[in-house]
Amino acid sequence: MKVLVAVKRVIDYAVKIRVKADKTGVEMNNVKMSMNPFCEIALEEALRFREAGKASEVVVVSMGGPQCVETLRTGLAMGADRAIHVSTEIPLYPLAVAKLLRAVAANEQPQILLLGKQAIDDDANQTGQMVAGLLKWPQATFASKVYFGDKNDVTVEREVDGGLETLRLQLPAVITTDLRLNEPRYATLPNIMKAKKKTISKLTPEELKVEIKPDFKILEVVDPPKRKGGVMVGSVDELVDKLKNEAHVI
Amino acid sequence: MISSSAAARLVRRISLKRGSGAACLSSCGISTTTSSRVPSVEEAGTAQSGDSNDWNQHRLTEDQQSFQTLASDFARNELIPFAAEWDEKKHFPVDVLRSAANLGFGGIFCGHDVGGSGLTRADGAIIFEALAYGDIGTTAYLTIHNMCCSIIDRFGTEEQRQTWLPGLTCMDRLSSYCLTEPSSGSDAASLRTTARRDPGSTDYILTGEKAFVSGGGSSDVYLVMARTGADGPKGISCFIVEKDMPGVSFGRQEDKMGWRNQPTSAVILEDVRVPEQNRIGAEGQGFNIALTGLDGGRINIGTCSVGGAQFCLDTAKEYVSTRKQFGKPILHFQHTQFKLADMMTSVVASRLMVANAAAALDAKTPWATPSAAMAKRFATETCFNVCSEALQLHGGYGYLKDYPIERYVRDLRVHMILEGTNEVMRLVISRHMTKKL
Repeated sequence: MKVLVAVKRVIDYAVKIRVKADKTGVEMNNVKMSMNPFCEIALEEALRFREAGKASEVVVVSMGGPQCVETLRTGLAMGADRAIHVSTEIPLYPLAVAKLLRAVAANEQPQILLLGKQAIDDDANQTGQMVAGLLKWPQATFASKVYFGDKNDVTVEREVDGGLETLRLQLPAVITTDLRLNEPRYATLPNIMKAKKKTISKLTPEELKVEIKPDFKILEVVDPPKRKGGVMVGSVDELVDKLKNEAHVI
Repeated sequence: MISSSAAARLVRRISLKRGSGAACLSSCGISTTTSSRVPSVEEAGTAQSGDSNDWNQHRLTEDQQSFQTLASDFARNELIPFAAEWDEKKHFPVDVLRSAANLGFGGIFCGHDVGGSGLTRADGAIIFEALAYGDIGTTAYLTIHNMCCSIIDRFGTEEQRQTWLPGLTCMDRLSSYCLTEPSSGSDAASLRTTARRDPGSTDYILTGEKAFVSGGGSSDVYLVMARTGADGPKGISCFIVEKDMPGVSFGRQEDKMGWRNQPTSAVILEDVRVPEQNRIGAEGQGFNIALTGLDGGRINIGTCSVGGAQFCLDTAKEYVSTRKQFGKPILHFQHTQFKLADMMTSVVASRLMVANAAAALDAKTPWATPSAAMAKRFATETCFNVCSEALQLHGGYGYLKDYPIERYVRDLRVHMILEGTNEVMRLVISRHMTKKL
């Protein structure tokens, strides 16, 4: 069984994000980039499937400019068998990524498509769901446990606001991973060296017959407002009034 | 519901065998009491912020960048959160060392056939610097262990390599290097531990005492330089002594200024029977073996100093950008800016000295030994001063154990002394400069 894992290159989680002076975005120059932590968890889960004998091949895919190759190499160093780079300089948003992933999945025919539940840069939490819709595959998002059944199915425990939900899905299926699913492994020095011999194949949106154009235009990026001091209120009525008319939360 | 990036930060703090996030916070020295005027360690931001840039990427190959990322991540997740607690409790984190060995850090320079990673000295310098950034004591021990493995790898017979190295490169067994004695430090060739042949067998009987052994008491395998022949360097041979051989005992654990999470003790040998197959190299080759090992060891110690200094520099830079006096962050004063500039220059210079020595050693040049001596002498002195300056920039807070700076100062002080004092380094350099005269 083949598992396809989609990974995204994002600003490293530990970096202090700074908004650019011209407010067009955040400072990306000279800033440390890494694989999205939820994508790492997805890749780790795929590697565990292979180690448990459930999967025979783990393929990582990433979309974007040439720097994606760094992230794919990290994926190979963690243990993926091969990588696919969908090369484009057009800014990508979840729907475009989902369309590209559909095309890659159509070529690769994986039984499971794994993604992180969201990226830590846009926190969109959309791509997995969209690609499942486009592929017309069942989906289980926010997975915190995955078990294999014996009828070409998987059982997934999901973390939802109300608690844990358990779903059983017929394969092929889309699963997006949540924090507590696993703890990703480090690459090892020998695996970093071995990764050099693994293939990274390159595709373009044209070759995949997917037309993409940005469906968003960023108007402005600003810092969140500085935290103001608290205020003591005299009565419940005053509190309700402030919540309604100042904070606008009710 | 915490944001996903805060969640990602949380998962990194909880590593495989550790406790809860709260335990991690207190153990990395972050004070959780806040005062309105004092920038807490969290506000000042430690060098964990990922903003650290050593202006060195252009010199790294693609592979070296991957090695560096791996080592940095390991340092960030497995070392930084626990280093303060290990220092305070004098805890030797063997399990973390084994995790490091699982990634290939236990036998970086050794052959693949014995579980090594087969990398160059240049690669090693990059890896050890990134690890030292997180914790000096643990990394320094790791470099010593690697030095012992390299000695066996290079000078051991095929049988010795296969017997000893697989267990060492994965750090199932830990190793230590025993050259110094109570009465022979810088004058190492005057060592008095003897190894006499047992008449009627091929065994040696070892008697003597080794001092200041890093890993003493904890390590399983000890590389002991002992006298088999006449006085002077040519009478010394190298032996592998195991911890549980009869006659082996250890002095009490030394109570040190720094490197406190590393055991250090005397190793006492009383008529220890050591089989001939434990002798590494020929009789009389021991001193040469010891010094060859030290070439790499000196580069590694220099590298640890660089990593520690980079951490202190990054931390100081963050601190001075938030600490306000006289109405502005102290970063805004030119004197502070000049101090930072000088510190950065010192760290880069030290790093380049170490890289130069590593390259000279990799290329097997005749000047590898003095290059390593220069790198060690320069980097250990310079980087200690950088850390001391960083402490000064923190003002009174630099003196408190709540902040990590003072630990780096304590840890780096010994780098000017061990693996050959900086004074001996000057002897080595000048001798190599003048040896044909």
